[in-house]
Amino acid sequence: MKDISTSIPKVDNPEKLSGRALYVSDYEIPNLYYAKTLRSTQAKAFFHVIKPQLPQGIFIIDASHLPQKNVVKMIADDWKIFADVEVNYIGEPILLVIGQDKQKIEDVIHNIHVKYEPQTPIFDQSNIKTHKTFQKGNPQQAFQEADLMIEETFETGYQEQAYIEPQGMIAYPETADKITLIGSIQCPYYVKNAVVEALGYDEKNIRVIQPAVGGAFGGKEEFPSMMACQLAVAVHHLHVPIKMIYEREEDMISTTKRHPSHVTIQAAIKNKKITALKTHVAINGGAYLGLSNVVLSRAMLAATSAYTIENLDVTGDVYLTNSVPTGAFRGFGAPQMIFAVDMMMAHIAKKLKVNSLSFHRAHLAKQHDLTSTGGIFRDPIIMPEMIEKALEISDYINKRKIYDQPTSYKGIGMSLFLHGCGFTGSGEAEHIHAKVKLVKDEHDDVYIYVATVDMGQGQLTTLKKIVEHVIDREDIRIIYLPADTDDVPDSGPTVASRTTMIVGGLLARAALKLKETWKTHERMEIMESYVQPEYIRWNEEKLQGDAYPAYSWGVNVVEVEVNPITYQVDLKQLWSVYDIGHVIDERLARGQADGGLTQGVAFGYLEKMEIDQGRVIHKNFTDYIIPTAKDMAKTQTFFIDNPYAFGPYGAKGLGELSLVGGAPAVALAIEMAIQKSIHRIPVTPEMIMELIEHED
Amino acid sequence: MKIKFTLNQKSIEHEANPSSRLLDVLRDEFHLKGTKEGCGEGECGACAILVDGHITHSCLVPLANVNNRSVTTIEGFRETSQYRILEEAMVEEGGSQCGICSPGMMLAAQSLLTKNSHPTEEDIRDALSGNLCRCTGYNMIIKAIIRASKRGEGLW
Repeated sequence: MKDISTSIPKVDNPEKLSGRALYVSDYEIPNLYYAKTLRSTQAKAFFHVIKPQLPQGIFIIDASHLPQKNVVKMIADDWKIFADVEVNYIGEPILLVIGQDKQKIEDVIHNIHVKYEPQTPIFDQSNIKTHKTFQKGNPQQAFQEADLMIEETFETGYQEQAYIEPQGMIAYPETADKITLIGSIQCPYYVKNAVVEALGYDEKNIRVIQPAVGGAFGGKEEFPSMMACQLAVAVHHLHVPIKMIYEREEDMISTTKRHPSHVTIQAAIKNKKITALKTHVAINGGAYLGLSNVVLSRAMLAATSAYTIENLDVTGDVYLTNSVPTGAFRGFGAPQMIFAVDMMMAHIAKKLKVNSLSFHRAHLAKQHDLTSTGGIFRDPIIMPEMIEKALEISDYINKRKIYDQPTSYKGIGMSLFLHGCGFTGSGEAEHIHAKVKLVKDEHDDVYIYVATVDMGQGQLTTLKKIVEHVIDREDIRIIYLPADTDDVPDSGPTVASRTTMIVGGLLARAALKLKETWKTHERMEIMESYVQPEYIRWNEEKLQGDAYPAYSWGVNVVEVEVNPITYQVDLKQLWSVYDIGHVIDERLARGQADGGLTQGVAFGYLEKMEIDQGRVIHKNFTDYIIPTAKDMAKTQTFFIDNPYAFGPYGAKGLGELSLVGGAPAVALAIEMAIQKSIHRIPVTPEMIMELIEHED
Repeated sequence: MKIKFTLNQKSIEHEANPSSRLLDVLRDEFHLKGTKEGCGEGECGACAILVDGHITHSCLVPLANVNNRSVTTIEGFRETSQYRILEEAMVEEGGSQCGICSPGMMLAAQSLLTKNSHPTEEDIRDALSGNLCRCTGYNMIIKAIIRASKRGEGLW
């Protein structure tokens, strides 16, 4: 058999290119009803709804219809299914209007009067809900003994996932006591478990089916659970099929986004080396915590990114504001911290008047070093080789000589970074308990049953490929269909760059068992559950130990030209070198690499979302600008083989890694082009103008 | 009001509100679900179709505007030999991930190649600038179109 890295055609290409793939809004169901959400127009207020006389066939469903607690089950259970007596952000759902005639639904929505008793909203950082801290070594002593202390603060803004398919969900009564949901989702079991809690039904009476998903990027991790609970409650009362598809503006004002952050770093320097860092990160969780505590953890754990610093004092806060809740987005807190760390490293090198490349290299993490939380980098780290490759393909050193001077308006920036693969700490072992199932029928057809979903990243192809390679028989068929919770065990959510490494790893083990016990023309069933590698030690409370089972590594180089009149940033070319263990499929991996880098670079210079007094200002693609084909430039990507012993065929995570280095690379390139220090992203033309014209 | 137009090579006489969005008419009345809605404001191109061969955002077009014109959706285009060449090239270059933009991208490529059978990379970037893709970063789509333009010599 060929090396598993050799690309094969993505299995869902034919249906997607031809428009045959069915996304949630494409499902036609007889006797369908539609739902539209009435949302808060106030950032903080008590409220009372004055319901109009409803026309025949139109219904209202709100908090008074909830059969159980008003909670959307996720990590922190503080999201409500419907606001009941108070609203905490503009866009918070109050009720659904349901009917078969869309115009009538609109008319009723417009005629509902909500009486608000406004309260004083909070938009600053005063309402701290979570505080976390960890230390490494003896930071206090290191600061006392330092020759020099440097402090800088970095800020990052909101980022919208901007999946091209908006959020959507269908719920319908399958039998008198069973409800089925079809949704544009990343995590079928998150949705199922949330609905089971919301309705108090037996688990077997809630079924979740995954259609084609038109992009997610974290945006369909926790948010769809809320839509599912709302629709399920409506179906519970009305016993009719109901579809709810958000329009783009509704999606942008009401769904989760990347957490804005402030990161303050103090560095202790001795003999031109960093001996300690004191880092504080604060992230804006919006009106409810949701997943924010976990996002905070991932941000804090990345406090030294790809470097080893002996002494650390890391603190972090989640503060709540009366704004739309922030949540999961590819990278999950790491992009904010890694931006700050790489900018800080470059700024320190500049202040010390040392070569920035040598300075970065001198601090790089090496195998057997202690991680930020005192875990161990157990696997070989090949960053020096990766940096060499990146320098060679981008001609970085030569270009830097030419560009790094006043009025060149050209720049080249390099970021070095890592990303922890899979859930943080013991998440897999203690919370997720992932399971996968293989079934072989009497015809020797093998069926793959997993709950993670293909949302474009190519899982339908890669997971099948892993099973095919292990079984290695050309005379059998392997069948892998999108998830249906009536058939698939809970393999955990499709998040945290875990699918290939964790779920793929379980499938490889199951496939090996099947192969070794193969009985022709007999039905066989193999169930495989996650067992944590024994070496992992993690203390969740103290944030100490091995935060991740493995790390993927990356180098991004971005070249830009800044227009000296308009200050528009023009991307010239982008280069990447990654260590993702052993690649499962070259072409799919390159697709992830290109797409992630595009989002990461855009986070750094292009995508700007402002929320003013709780009101989202940029709410469609007309004003929230994501890269077009004209904005993007050529990319060149290399994967350096470094197989991971516990991954299937040596594979590690990739999905998020490809995003986290984009912002610092482009910001450093712009710094070189305009010869000014950057502390805030996105670096828009307005910001460049401010830096050039108003700062010394 | 009765609107007459050609839809995927078939003559249609359709009785409907002339101000209905063409996108809704195609999806809801003709059940052509390959045309997607991504933004409803003509920015994303998921709803792109061909009107007399030109790439057009169907979410911005009232039905009346296609009176006496020829409309091609992905369902019509996928039956052509140009589609097969483009499909093959997209598969080989990895030009589709989540797929929600893919039908619109295929039609944007067709619209471009019809006017310019040997486009440069810059021509392609211009031609695709009305079609957003959040997954790929575009380069794999651009390479696919270049590949198709070479392989489909004489077809466009």
